[in-house]
Amino acid sequence: MTTPIDTAIYADLQDSAGAEFVTELVQTFLEEAPVTLAELEAALMDAAPDRFRRAAHSLKTNALTFGATQLAAQARELELGGLPANTSALSAVYASYAAAAAALQELSRG
Amino acid sequence: MAEHGARLLVADDNKVNRLLLARNLQLQGHVVASAENGRIALEMLRGERFDLLLLDMEMPELSGFEVLAQLAADPELRDLPVIVTSSLEGVAHVVRCIELGADDYLPKPVNPVLLKARIDSSLEKKRLRDQQKELIKRFATSEVAQDLQDSGFSLGGRHVQATVMFADIRGFTALVEQQSPEETIELLNTYYTLMFDAISGHGGVVNQMIGDGLMAVFGAPLALDDHAVASARAALDMIEMIDLLNVERVAVGKSAIRIGIGIASGEVIAGYTGTQQRATYTCVGDTVNRAARLEALTKEANRAILVDAALREQLGERLAVESLGPVRLKGLTTPVEVYAITVARPAV
Repeated sequence: MTTPIDTAIYADLQDSAGAEFVTELVQTFLEEAPVTLAELEAALMDAAPDRFRRAAHSLKTNALTFGATQLAAQARELELGGLPANTSALSAVYASYAAAAAALQELSRG
Repeated sequence: MAEHGARLLVADDNKVNRLLLARNLQLQGHVVASAENGRIALEMLRGERFDLLLLDMEMPELSGFEVLAQLAADPELRDLPVIVTSSLEGVAHVVRCIELGADDYLPKPVNPVLLKARIDSSLEKKRLRDQQKELIKRFATSEVAQDLQDSGFSLGGRHVQATVMFADIRGFTALVEQQSPEETIELLNTYYTLMFDAISGHGGVVNQMIGDGLMAVFGAPLALDDHAVASARAALDMIEMIDLLNVERVAVGKSAIRIGIGIASGEVIAGYTGTQQRATYTCVGDTVNRAARLEALTKEANRAILVDAALREQLGERLAVESLGPVRLKGLTTPVEVYAITVARPAV
């Protein structure tokens, strides 16, 4: 099983930006990401490829920042792949996000 | 050289990216403001001064591409360094950003070490550009400075038809001995302010100041219609301003000052001289030498403004001129015709 967070990337982030700041940044991500996921789903419902791509892009960038490599890879596929046929394509992303969020919360508590 | 304490603007619609970028930049000693889309970023850039913009591409309302295009079209903002930070994939995006005028492109997530290197480099380039602009502004009117900025520094070393003027204060050394150093500097500052006004008011450019002496050029670097006549009118304004200054000086018990002006018209070699770090626009050649010699002759000839034959010819009947006949100027083998421009001056 792959770990949801690449701890080396996370440690680098803490080194360069400061552990306390990264804790706050994780909180911001945990507040923003559900909004992005909701936008992803809404864009799919509205069949709005541009909004879909942008939301996936945003999620990918943030996932990369925290070392959430699996989430980033899935978000990238959505970004480059165009509108999927149905919402089932999103369920893997939801699962990866849930795992990444739990791991980040754990890590940021130190 | 690293520059710290610069004012940077981060434009990114993603809050995590925005906070992280701002944090990294603050840790590098910069003052950071942020905007959540391109429209707000442009508003902020037009409202206050920033040294550099970090720009995301994927933004609602106004994308990074549109921001780059608007910056390029704005004379006030087109020199602002822009570093694009984006995780858009594909070389085509990078190419498009650079073509639209971005200085650099950093992929996201942004590596802090790379970020620092790119920012320092961009700020240093900006500092040098600003320094050059400032240098030109000091010696030229804003019109000329703008022209030079537009055409670059490509004017170096060419033959141009221009008019060259030298001026200095008569008996300045004796004057310096009579007064305090503070008074001398104050006098020089007043003098230069008045002379600059008179010269730039007629389209001339003061390009050298040494002690109480100055050199000005009419007709270069910017072409100027009737540069000979313009220089003569500037000279008359200069004399008039000195006369006005003297009224004030005499009123407070100080001695009146007098200036001598020499003007010559003809071909000069114009261009930038100096080094990479410091350069000035200057002119050299026979015309320049002649103007300098004429200025030196003003004391001996007891005239305020002396001009050469070429200038006299271009004046026609527009100004009253007195011929002093052929004079052998110092350093020149053959005598030249010298003329004095008649100055209607009040008794001082």
